[in-house]
Amino acid sequence: MKLSNAWLREWVSPQLTAQELADQITMAGLEVDGIEKVAGEFSGVVVGEIIACEQHPDADKLRVCKVAGHPEGEMQVVCGAPNARTGIKIPFALVGAKLPGDFKIKKAKLRGVESFGMLCAQTELELGEDSDGIWELPADAPTGTDLREYLQLEDETIEVDLTPNRSDCLGIAGIAREVGVLNRCPVQGPEMAPVAAQLDDSVPVSLMAGDACPRYVGRVIRNIDINAETPLWMQERLRRSGLRSIDPVVDVTNYVLLELGQPMHAFDLAKLDGGIKVRLALGGEKLTLLDGQEVELKEGTLLIADEKKPLAMAGIMGGEESAVSGQTRDIFLESAFFNPLAIAGKARSYGLHTDSSHRFERGVDYRLQEQAVERATRLLLDIVGGEPGPVHLRELEEVMPAERHITLRRARVAAGLGVEIADDEIVDILTRLGLQKIGEDSDGWTFLVPSFRFDLAIEADLLEELARVYGYNRIPSESFTAALDILPQKESLVDQEALEQTLLARGYHEAITFSFIDRDSAGLFDPKSEPVALQNPISADLAVMRTSLMPGLCKALQYNLNRQQSRVRLFETGLRFVPGADELRQEPMIAGLIYGGRQGESWTGGKDLVDFYDIKGDVEALLAHFGEVEFQFQAGEHSALHPGQTARITRDGRDLGVVGALHPQLQKKLELPKTAYLFELSLEALGEAALPAFRPLSRFPEVRRDLALLIDADVPAASMVETAAEAAGETLTDLKIFDVYQGKGIDFNRKSVAMGLTFQHPSRTLNDDEINAAVDAVVRQLEQKYNASLR
Amino acid sequence: MQDLQSLTEQALALVEQAEGLPSLDQVRVDYLGKKGHLTALLKGLGKLSPEERPAAGAKINEAKQQVQERINARRAEMEEAAIAAKLAEETIDVTLPGRGEEQGSAHPVTRTLRRIEKLFVRLGFSVEEGPEIEDDYHNFEALNIPAHHPARAMHDTFYIDPSTVLRTHTSPVQIRTMEKTAPPIRIICPGRVYRCDSDVTHSPMFHQVEGLVVDKGVSFAHLKGCVDQFLKAFFEADVPVRFRPSYFPFTEPSAEVDIQCTACGGEGCRVCSGTGWLEVMGCGMVHPNVFASCDIDSETYSGFAFGMGVERLAMLRYGVNDLRLFFDNDLRFLKQF
Repeated sequence: MKLSNAWLREWVSPQLTAQELADQITMAGLEVDGIEKVAGEFSGVVVGEIIACEQHPDADKLRVCKVAGHPEGEMQVVCGAPNARTGIKIPFALVGAKLPGDFKIKKAKLRGVESFGMLCAQTELELGEDSDGIWELPADAPTGTDLREYLQLEDETIEVDLTPNRSDCLGIAGIAREVGVLNRCPVQGPEMAPVAAQLDDSVPVSLMAGDACPRYVGRVIRNIDINAETPLWMQERLRRSGLRSIDPVVDVTNYVLLELGQPMHAFDLAKLDGGIKVRLALGGEKLTLLDGQEVELKEGTLLIADEKKPLAMAGIMGGEESAVSGQTRDIFLESAFFNPLAIAGKARSYGLHTDSSHRFERGVDYRLQEQAVERATRLLLDIVGGEPGPVHLRELEEVMPAERHITLRRARVAAGLGVEIADDEIVDILTRLGLQKIGEDSDGWTFLVPSFRFDLAIEADLLEELARVYGYNRIPSESFTAALDILPQKESLVDQEALEQTLLARGYHEAITFSFIDRDSAGLFDPKSEPVALQNPISADLAVMRTSLMPGLCKALQYNLNRQQSRVRLFETGLRFVPGADELRQEPMIAGLIYGGRQGESWTGGKDLVDFYDIKGDVEALLAHFGEVEFQFQAGEHSALHPGQTARITRDGRDLGVVGALHPQLQKKLELPKTAYLFELSLEALGEAALPAFRPLSRFPEVRRDLALLIDADVPAASMVETAAEAAGETLTDLKIFDVYQGKGIDFNRKSVAMGLTFQHPSRTLNDDEINAAVDAVVRQLEQKYNASLR
Repeated sequence: MQDLQSLTEQALALVEQAEGLPSLDQVRVDYLGKKGHLTALLKGLGKLSPEERPAAGAKINEAKQQVQERINARRAEMEEAAIAAKLAEETIDVTLPGRGEEQGSAHPVTRTLRRIEKLFVRLGFSVEEGPEIEDDYHNFEALNIPAHHPARAMHDTFYIDPSTVLRTHTSPVQIRTMEKTAPPIRIICPGRVYRCDSDVTHSPMFHQVEGLVVDKGVSFAHLKGCVDQFLKAFFEADVPVRFRPSYFPFTEPSAEVDIQCTACGGEGCRVCSGTGWLEVMGCGMVHPNVFASCDIDSETYSGFAFGMGVERLAMLRYGVNDLRLFFDNDLRFLKQF
């Protein structure tokens, strides 16, 4: 909410500068976003009057004016504004004046005619948005008066960013009340005496929506002059509060809204068919709103209607048809209380947000309606004249908001805030805030909550009020104490940070990519899943929840390749979102990508590119954190990966994830010059680590035997190792493949695999016969099972 | 005994002339070996009278020893020279870079998160996580933000369907923890959160850390102490901290926390929009309605909660000037951390 400092000072005026005041209310919870001067920096501008106005002899669009206002008499000014004419009052920048932007007014010659000064538009003084012509000031503006003085421009607009709980401060009166509390100074608004009725006319009002509208005040005013001009002081206050002047009736209702916080509406009395009915919309009703759009009203929307038709969306926006127009003579003023629950969310459901809905959905003082009507009546009568009818109140007492009482226990103040506040001060603070002490006993007090404070309901609310006014920063800072219990900690849980550190040591940089991606990428990497879609994505690029971390990593790869990086190693951890038949799985994953050289560019050479076994090595390094847990790699499939270079990783048959080369087709689509390799593992499926289990060390020598075998090329190494290990028996302590060869000298569908077998017995030296027998068994098994032969 | 003198001189001369270990060894064999010239003299002692023998023998042994010592010295010299030559030959340019993988880097957000986590874990907080696709109940209702509450407008929410959202804050993890754990509770909840807002200073995805303490006798003064100590520890500076009344539906009283601007020291600058203060977190005492929705008795227990934006803290800590850099994943950026 924007407010004029000068306007506020009319209500309450502590000895504080605007900045000090802003700091003070900020620290009390009314956060000031900014303070701005209400006008541009200018000087030497006075109220001028055009005495005469003639066509410029040599320029169609210029006029030569005689202008009064200069202390030394009339001045000749050449002016290009289309509305320059005799008799109007205008801002007159004298020779020597300084306009915003450090623009100095000098004597000038325009097409041969001398000009002494300049006549100004609103925009040239940063005093409004009208740049169509020079600014026409009211006829009663005193010629020669300094414009800054005349418009009282030594003022600031203070913008307060109010939290939704403080609807009581959505008006000058409310902020003034707060300032009064903080400074212990009196708050006194302008006089708002009731205006006596001059007519008997009234409009019957039926409240048919129960507690949605329990209170409605109406008043008829006849014979107004709608063509009267809103006084400049009011226009200025509206402008300084961020509102434009529309017509005197709307301006007055807006003025009261800003001053008291009560939204009001004025109907053209002539457009009403019978009495007012405040009711809920039926299905299918339509209403054209003030902004010109026709809406189909949803069933249950609170309406102001007459006997025949909807007139306005209650508390949100009026209708076009019943609005005050240039032909209006008689008006009906509405000042109602709509229940926040009846308005909340409604405006938004129509895509609307108005000053009125903003206040009603947060809560408008339910005792304010008569005062607002009286205030508006007085202002209207002063501007547009007319005769008022009586103030007509309809109230459904039984559904009015209940009075709220809050009990505050003395002990809770100290316990909750951690500071002792004296009883007197507690009662004083709360009383100044408008609460009324209605009870007191040895434990504490009971207070009645004022009708403007919708945010006070429980004891904790009063603690906040006390703390706020007492000063948050006067409350001590203390260390809290707690019982020091040693909590269980599973040693077998592998810390995610340890996995990350392993990747960092292997040259990976951590990426964080968006959890939402574009639908096309999602489809490219995972065509079988229908990803979870956002109803309101920020753009098509960020429309569906990722089912894999791979698309994000590939996008980051592209981003870096486009920036001259040639070697990229990235990993990411985070959730993927996998839709399932029963439920959506939000699965924590760790995924990595490598691309480019096996080594960074170096004098040590090594221009090789990464391949499958590089990234598999990285995955194995991660799995090493799990101790002696056995993980299986098997040739597998993944829609984003190369069918011949993909391994599925499992643990006890449970799928953990995948490692492999990006599918060549995908590589082409992503325009990657080289192959990227990726892995993605489920952090949950990885499970827990095996704790170390000691085995005694043998004191007897170990024996190694190497075997070179020819075997069918498609037999997986893992199968060979498994068979060999089984056949070798218990004394085998290690088995390593140390060479694989395919090519010249070997049948093209066979390969040569060299393995080293290490044997050792825990309690004695193995003899040659035993070792030979074991090696023979290995060869025999491999021959039988896989048609292997010794080379 | 003329022979002894000249043989010794010959031997010593040859030792000096020897040009390598083999020729040196040859001298030893030729003069000191079993069949060596000096050894041979010993065999001639038999011809001498018994009285002469000891003195003559001693002389020969003395000569042998003299030659042997010279050989030893010469050998040591040669070995030393050989080592020196080998070392000289093996000298490399130690200023060339070492071999092996360059160290990678943790993302600055992770780095910041871990720093925050560690500060609290040392105090006995545990780290809790929760789902990012969250139901309306945990993201809003249980946090005292009923449907149509104006505070919902403060959260630009991404919807999956009318009752499912991308969590707009990490606060739902508070609820999930309180639902399954009895007090005392000390947790922090790091993670990704989502708001439907994207411009220079807003990212549709960012990170928060939420903290929650529930115990008997926890007061606003404790909240202040905890937050104040944390911020000073995080920034490793005695940075002034202030608490401003604010509003969150799930805490009462609520506060925003400002630190004195780290860029200008409170003078007012662009970073702090001239105010001298930077808003870094929100906090407050847990609202009784929130306790009620988790079946915790607010007459017995009280607690405080705080929440902060991780990117914001990372920007202040490391001087990052553009939020969008965090999610571009530009290696030139990542490598700086």
